[in-house]
Amino acid sequence: MKEKYLINARIIDPKNELDEIGGLIIDSNGLIKAVGEKVANGNLPSDVDKIDIKKNILIPGIIDMRVFVGEPGYEYKENFRTLSNAALSGGVTSVVSMPNTSPVIDNVSMVDFLKRRGRDKSKINIFPAAALTKNTEGKQMTEFGLLKRKGIIAFTDGIKTVQNPQVMARIMNFAGQSECLIMQHAEDNILSDGGQINEGEISTRLGLKGIPSVAEKIIVERDLSFLEDYFCRYHISQISSEKTVAVIKRAKNEGKIFSTGVSINNLSLNENDIGDFKTFLKLSPPLRTENDRQSLVKAINNDLIDVIVSDHKPQDEESKRLTFAQAATGATGVETLLPLSLELFHNKSVKLNKLIATLTSNPANILGIDKGSLKKGNDADLCVFDINKPWVVDINKLKSKSKNTPIENRKLQGQVLKTFIKGEIAYERI
Amino acid sequence: MAVIKKLKAIKIEQDHLLGIQDLSFSQVSDILKQAKTFITLNKSSSKKVDILRGKTQINLFFEPSTRTQSSFELAGKRLGADVMSMNIVNSAIKKGETLIDTAMTLNAMHPDIIVIRHQDSGAPNLLSQKVNCSVINAGDGRREHPTQALLDALTIINRKGKVEGLKIAICGDILHSRVARSNIYLMNMLGAEVNVVAPKTLLPHSIERLGVKAFTDMKKGLDNCDIVMMLRLQSERMHGSFLPSAREYYEYFGLTPDKLKIANKDALIMHPGPMNRGVEIDTNLADDINRSVIREQVELGVAVRMACLKIFCKKN
Repeated sequence: MKEKYLINARIIDPKNELDEIGGLIIDSNGLIKAVGEKVANGNLPSDVDKIDIKKNILIPGIIDMRVFVGEPGYEYKENFRTLSNAALSGGVTSVVSMPNTSPVIDNVSMVDFLKRRGRDKSKINIFPAAALTKNTEGKQMTEFGLLKRKGIIAFTDGIKTVQNPQVMARIMNFAGQSECLIMQHAEDNILSDGGQINEGEISTRLGLKGIPSVAEKIIVERDLSFLEDYFCRYHISQISSEKTVAVIKRAKNEGKIFSTGVSINNLSLNENDIGDFKTFLKLSPPLRTENDRQSLVKAINNDLIDVIVSDHKPQDEESKRLTFAQAATGATGVETLLPLSLELFHNKSVKLNKLIATLTSNPANILGIDKGSLKKGNDADLCVFDINKPWVVDINKLKSKSKNTPIENRKLQGQVLKTFIKGEIAYERI
Repeated sequence: MAVIKKLKAIKIEQDHLLGIQDLSFSQVSDILKQAKTFITLNKSSSKKVDILRGKTQINLFFEPSTRTQSSFELAGKRLGADVMSMNIVNSAIKKGETLIDTAMTLNAMHPDIIVIRHQDSGAPNLLSQKVNCSVINAGDGRREHPTQALLDALTIINRKGKVEGLKIAICGDILHSRVARSNIYLMNMLGAEVNVVAPKTLLPHSIERLGVKAFTDMKKGLDNCDIVMMLRLQSERMHGSFLPSAREYYEYFGLTPDKLKIANKDALIMHPGPMNRGVEIDTNLADDINRSVIREQVELGVAVRMACLKIFCKKN
């Protein structure tokens, strides 16, 4: 592979506090060789690939910490190939895949299968998360040590929450010793039982059973209490309400160390968008009030929330063409994660560098992986985007196998132009 | 009044009756006016007309129902329609087939009206998007039961002359009640003042946002009321720990002669049925012909459903 010179780019690399016009050199092994303003048109060797970025923005490839892939068991919803294509068109170069497959990713042999499929069928980096408990039943912890040795970088029951406090306490205690990252989807099952959407005026009007925000808060409070006694690497997958933000703020003030994520859906939509029973907006955690949404945005600015995820959950048409109560939960989003996040920049809610950090360096730090920065020697996983390009989300043009986007026909500003994986152009917008 | 006139001016021809929320004031007036003519017809010796002759009406009931289903069936027959009642509760369709598939199957039989009751809120809306005929909601989940509210309004008008200016108390299990929701929308639209009275565990979140005052004390909620609308307390609610016991519920929220005294002297008692005597209502009160209009509600229900079928049946 020839060396590549990416020039004339606005380079943003939050990890290295870089935001300047310049270029980036990819060496013959696909690694980053140099980056910055010194890489400019005037001083290039003649026999190299020169790519003019045309003043667009160059960032480290996006890391999406919460993605569901249908393999194994739900290949008709999404497979590694379609996920990879969708991710690349959204500038996402690494994903953490959730273990809620059929069968569940809870043992060593499944990890081998996943890694092989991921390597053969996808171009992006797949970091499989394994289940916290056997078959995500919340009873028996999985083999953290053995799974970690196989390359598992995070443990979560994905769409489920460990309900039993004793089991959770032991998991956190055990994970502390093996330095495993625990990611909790926070929802009390009894409080949310039968719930469809946020509990409030909309649930009353639509006649749907509500999910109170305390169902989330109570689990976060519980786990953060355990953290005092059983310190481990603990991450709350997604939060959705102002109440939970307050809990996190208090815990951070007390000096507790943990991290928090939020779905782009909860940052960009609220319960009013559900309208006349739009099942594509049936999500977990549910969309909540505008007040909740604003508090989540504020929490990003105050460093109470560290990462934004797509919570990409493909569902086939049949599982959504049902009454709201019967319809499946979740929405696709990996390919619109960056453009939809940019909405927060364009409407002046979040600064650009902060946004990019929540999508690149912050997830890399939490996961402990050498990604999400333009450090010399790192894989040249890169994303180039035009921050101003207006476009409309067209369901037929989305690359994911499932079409359950929550933002159909939404007008967005900002589009991915190129995505590089290990120095190779893996996606290019024509 | 200006607002009402404006609504009239932009009146959209709508084929479905999915909820009171979708109706305009003038549509409600039309339905009630039409229903009044059918009250007289229903009392005459020859009750059948041929307004819907040649039309096919399918009653699709996914939940058990006695009065609503028979009321719709009778209403359709009196208008001359061919009525088919499908009781999904005891049918093979229940097994595995999705609502949309059922709808497509029925749609192939070219019905003109489908009357649907479903346990899931929003099911009639989904159905209406998939069929070519008119859809009438006969109760969906906790959301709406529009014909019940319309017949309640007609009953009130029949006795009190109008709804406007009256004070109406809706008492009982508001949380799980579609009847309560439809009535709140309709009575508000018709200019009544609406109170809801229930224990806190049976009051939906943010119910005040629907334009009502919420009370947890019958003595305050019934004060100065012209109409006392009781709701059925489903016994299964006891197991979900919404309430300590039926006995305690009756003590505090059951309608007794004592509590009724707080309302206006000529206040009417209503109940959408079926009643739990001794749980939400004193048995003698329920039968008091001077106060209780419960049987009249059933009678006028047929007239209201005839009016809805006539107005919403798809033309052509």
